[in-house]
Amino acid sequence: MMRPATTKPTPTVTTGGDILTLTPAGLYCPRGDFHVDPVRPVARALITHGHADHARAGHGAVLASRQTLDIMAIRYGEDFAGSTQVALPGERIRLGEVTVSFHPAGHVLGSMQVLIEAGGRRIAISGDYKRQADPTCAPFELIECDVFITEATFGLPVFRHPPVAGEIDKLLASHRLFDQRTHLVGAYSLGKAQRLIAELRARGYGRMIYLHGALVRLCAYYAEQGVGLGPLEPVGERARDLAGEIVLCPPGQLADRWARRFGDPVTAVASGWVRVRARARQRGAELPLVISDHADWDDLRKTIVETGAREIWVTHGAEEALVHWCGSQGLDARPLNLIGYGDEGDTTDAVEREAGTLAEIRADATAGTGSAT
Amino acid sequence: MHRFATLLDRLSFEPRRSAKLALLGDYFSRESDPARGYALAALTGNLRFRNAKPATLRALAAERVDAHLFALSYDFVGDLSETIALIWPHSEAAGSGRSPPLGEVVERLERAGRGEVPGLIAAWLDTLDETGRWALLKLVTGGLRVGASARLAKTAVANLGPLSPDDVEEVWHGLAPPYEALFAWATGKGERPETDDPVPFRPAMLAHPLEVRETGTLDAGDFAAEWKWDGIRVQAAAGRDRTGALRRRLYTRTGEDISAAFPDLVETLTFEAAIDGELLVVIDGLAQSFNTLQQRLNRKTVTAKMMRDHPATIRAYDLLALDGEDLRQRPFRERRRMLERFLVALDHPRIDLSPLVAADGWEALGKARSDPSAFHAGGDAAAIEGLMLKRWEAPYLPGRPKGQWFKWKRNPFRVDAVLMYAQRGHGKRSSYYSDYTFGVWRPREDGGEELVPVGKAYFGFTDEELLEIDRFVRNNTVNRFGPVREVRHEAQAGLVLEVAFEGLNRSGRHKSGLAMRFPRISRLRWDKPPVEADRIDTLLALIMDGATDGA
Repeated sequence: MMRPATTKPTPTVTTGGDILTLTPAGLYCPRGDFHVDPVRPVARALITHGHADHARAGHGAVLASRQTLDIMAIRYGEDFAGSTQVALPGERIRLGEVTVSFHPAGHVLGSMQVLIEAGGRRIAISGDYKRQADPTCAPFELIECDVFITEATFGLPVFRHPPVAGEIDKLLASHRLFDQRTHLVGAYSLGKAQRLIAELRARGYGRMIYLHGALVRLCAYYAEQGVGLGPLEPVGERARDLAGEIVLCPPGQLADRWARRFGDPVTAVASGWVRVRARARQRGAELPLVISDHADWDDLRKTIVETGAREIWVTHGAEEALVHWCGSQGLDARPLNLIGYGDEGDTTDAVEREAGTLAEIRADATAGTGSAT
Repeated sequence: MHRFATLLDRLSFEPRRSAKLALLGDYFSRESDPARGYALAALTGNLRFRNAKPATLRALAAERVDAHLFALSYDFVGDLSETIALIWPHSEAAGSGRSPPLGEVVERLERAGRGEVPGLIAAWLDTLDETGRWALLKLVTGGLRVGASARLAKTAVANLGPLSPDDVEEVWHGLAPPYEALFAWATGKGERPETDDPVPFRPAMLAHPLEVRETGTLDAGDFAAEWKWDGIRVQAAAGRDRTGALRRRLYTRTGEDISAAFPDLVETLTFEAAIDGELLVVIDGLAQSFNTLQQRLNRKTVTAKMMRDHPATIRAYDLLALDGEDLRQRPFRERRRMLERFLVALDHPRIDLSPLVAADGWEALGKARSDPSAFHAGGDAAAIEGLMLKRWEAPYLPGRPKGQWFKWKRNPFRVDAVLMYAQRGHGKRSSYYSDYTFGVWRPREDGGEELVPVGKAYFGFTDEELLEIDRFVRNNTVNRFGPVREVRHEAQAGLVLEVAFEGLNRSGRHKSGLAMRFPRISRLRWDKPPVEADRIDTLLALIMDGATDGA
């Protein structure tokens, strides 16, 4: 996953090209001398949100939202960058010849879009975003712009995320029917897990929710930030005594030896990918919960139209379908084919692996396949 | 439709039988008539809509969705109905609570003419959500394939009250969707449904495997011995209905009606009786192996050529009813005598008698089991997989009663193979690599040798052995493909598995050209380097010589 960003083919940039270009490290603004979400260490980085594929350690200077900086410090340690600077939402910051500002993306706590203004032109970089309501983070803010650089993780018309309440009810219905079995839910440790907990609370589930060790610190941070998550406890050494309880863990742990302690759990997976049955089976989901922190097909299109941008760059995901659709709307669109960005389900996060059993990691290292699945 | 869709959705992801039963039971007890009855009909394969074809659906989608986007999506999803269900554009009506009841969908589809069907389906697709659309498309195209058998659905109905699944089977074929009387009976709100079905299915009596140590406590003289035929167990029933017309049916041992696939046999049922026997292909007087019989299985219809080249025969071994009298309470000794007389009188070449094996005492029986040819099986030996032992005094009891019938199979074949790929299991085993693909050596063009996969097995090992294999797989992974891991399999490094199996068929579907029947892991050969595992010639020789005991 650590391959450099490349372009194929190199986009012949018309409007935005002198403001933003592509380098092996990712999107780069020469007139401000900074990268956005670079995939390798750079002198100056603007970070949209704390997921590991966007926020990496080792940059010289990092500009990001307060929460994104906090999350990076939690995951990588306080010394994750040479220096840091907080960008307040909407605050305009001069960098070289350009002005940048951060605007909520609605993806996870602290997630932002980046707006670059130069010479009267506006380029917005969405980062990862969603339009669905989420009780754990600030809602997406629409930025009118000339060039919109969008993600396309779920950029196929088969992806339409249903209302979250219905998916939570599926989990609760199963929990009622199979009340002697642990319900083990795989959810990404940053964002998805906390959203799932908050939505469970919103549907009236008041009991203790148990956490895999990899989720504990971030849930505590969310709570500190005023996101109500209710009673939580680490699983610790507990096992069969959690029969009939809801337990959250990173998706990779569902198929790990760690999960065996629960005997015969109901295995749920919360992800946008599980909308497709073959994908859900591949992930070992017996109870797929279609809950995503990315914009679905309808919201990607709606957002593109609402920004008023005439030029669309598609960073990562299913670029081809979205570019095709933009073409059919008379919009100038191109794929950037950025490599190095995954998503909740496809990235195996180094931080989450730390919490996996050491034996498993050692076994994988021996086989030389440390980061697949 | 919403509750039905949710049920199908949950069933399709649920690997556990007990959990499937719970889901079905929960649905049947919450849903009302006629919806639950139509759901039961769909689950048991008793709903067919002639006018809804995949091409119809494809055309509907083409009207609404950009062709390129559809192609990209289909490529990603991999299933036509699912792609259409997911890609169908949202309309104002969706989620408005006007989702059509299942009963209405079924009844309107049954009445609709060819021209009306596309409009009906499109209108429903507009009102349903993704899961609802997926369920609707599965329903109209037939074959739900959600991993719940007809038997399981009937068991869930039986569990609504004090009934057994066999109670449901006995009345099943006289009932029709939406099965209101059946649900009333099961829930204690009605009497046992009265049917005028002259040819009901009579639940089959099944045998336990004979453990060798049991021969010490059982008296061989209490049992009749027959060959255990390697065909399919059938029940051939015929009788007159109220109008005097002869009704005929051929059932599998689970009560599935397979009459349509065997018209050549059904036309021979000119009596009023129910025969329990084995369906075999007999050519020139010789019973053929299961391999040959397989050509005629799993077909909805059959061609004249197929019937000519693979003529089906019933080898009868029990008589359950005769001229309106139920014989099942009589002892086997009496039923057998009646069966013999009945077949002599019938005198039809396509229905013959399964002979008794003339072997007295356990020693002789043991010999007959491993060498049928020495006990007058003659050329039929290819279709024999061991012995059946039936207690002379036993009535015909549904299910698998203790101590009455035993099957004593030939020793299985065994081969040493090398573990090549492992896949994670389901349910309780979802964190274990428990499905194994194994191979044997074959010559390579350059003169060396390579492993070729010959089969898959996912049981036979103990829990302790599962842990050992799982550890081996995790420590020796060389490649990953989704849930599958390729493990080291070299001449000197790898895991040799002793695999037991019941027979070998030729198969175009496998790279090796072979397919094993009933393979399972019988031993882990940690002591053996892979280079000492078997060669493919060993397996090919078994096909040539299919009847030999594997011991």
